[in-house]
Amino acid sequence: MDSKFKAIVVENSETIVEMWLKEVGTLKEVNRTATISDEVYKSTNREFVDVIFTSIQTQGSTKAVEAFSEKIINLGWPLSYITDGLQVFRRVTIDFILQQSDRVDTEYISNVLASVDRWVEPIIRILVNEYTGNWENIVSLQRVALQELSAPLIPVIDGITIMPLIGTIDTDRAKLIMESLLQGVITHNSEVVLIDITGVPVVDTMVAHHLIQAAEAVRLIGAKCILVGIRPEIAQTIVNLGIDLTNFPTKSSLKKGFMTALEITNRKVVDVKPDEDSIEKLIESLQGE
Amino acid sequence: MKPQSSCVTIQKEWDIVGARHVARDMAKTLGFGTVDQARIATAVSELARNIYLYANNDGQIYFDMINTIDGKGLSIIAVDSGPGISDIAEVMQDGFSTSGGLGAGLPGVKRLMDEFDIQSELGKGTKITAKKWVR
Repeated sequence: MDSKFKAIVVENSETIVEMWLKEVGTLKEVNRTATISDEVYKSTNREFVDVIFTSIQTQGSTKAVEAFSEKIINLGWPLSYITDGLQVFRRVTIDFILQQSDRVDTEYISNVLASVDRWVEPIIRILVNEYTGNWENIVSLQRVALQELSAPLIPVIDGITIMPLIGTIDTDRAKLIMESLLQGVITHNSEVVLIDITGVPVVDTMVAHHLIQAAEAVRLIGAKCILVGIRPEIAQTIVNLGIDLTNFPTKSSLKKGFMTALEITNRKVVDVKPDEDSIEKLIESLQGE
Repeated sequence: MKPQSSCVTIQKEWDIVGARHVARDMAKTLGFGTVDQARIATAVSELARNIYLYANNDGQIYFDMINTIDGKGLSIIAVDSGPGISDIAEVMQDGFSTSGGLGAGLPGVKRLMDEFDIQSELGKGTKITAKKWVR
């Protein structure tokens, strides 16, 4: 039975393709692919239907399907384009085969349905797998990228290190912060570490708890921790929450924190005076001429 | 027109961030100042974290905009079907924690918000209602 249906479909491929293209053409707006030019849309549709037919004829050859899915992913088209396209193909093909025969008993219809399903299912499976594989890949890459950004440590001058924190702090990130903080204090031989929380949107009890723990750990290895970048609204919520930061020196801005750090390390910023004498001499020599 | 109410299910740690965003957005639309926005976001963060930590990841936070003659405000209802709290007076004390935290979560939420109500039944779950009014 299956081969008979296949023969019908392959013989009349032209008609089916025409029907399919007409149906899919109406889906363009639904797929939100309005930015794609009609030319590209048509040629891709043509390619798509070719891929479907090659897959049906060769039964099991996945190369063409994989190549096509890669192309669609690179174009950035939505997955719904593929699933909708295959649904339409299934509908059109079933319609067509049923029209070719006078038999209308349930057995015949269910045979047709089963055959067409058998052709279409593997294509859907491959395409959806390729798509989700691609997404999973992107997500894991982004996770790695985020992790690299999550706890940077910058040694500014001898003995002073800054850790700027931006974004939400969750349990994993808190662990990373603690590790790289302690590691950094040892490797850079820091006396003072400034933790800058200007970019942290919300400081709740968990974030505060992790910061306090980190500061305590830093204190244990002989360095000093200053919390900087506390915005006024954050200061108010910390007070409302009743979080005790009395053992934790804090400053409103990184600049003030840095000045304090310089004081602790017995240093200060001095303006370099311009050499006035030499300028006067220069003017004198110019006037002399 | 932004939605008047919203619901966030807490299952993963990142759902806490999602709940916080919803809260902040709604607070902004209602016309809360930046300090109150931070207060609301922090309170939601605490409530969501409680669900994540203690209620077997099984809870929702409902947000509702209140718009009556008495005033405008945001109502936050955190519902979970976790183990429940045996002694509510105990958890409302500062410094009480079963997980080694700071123990400032629930009393903190009470201070951050204008109205606070907690109902809990052992084995059934906990329902916390908190409201903040626009001044």
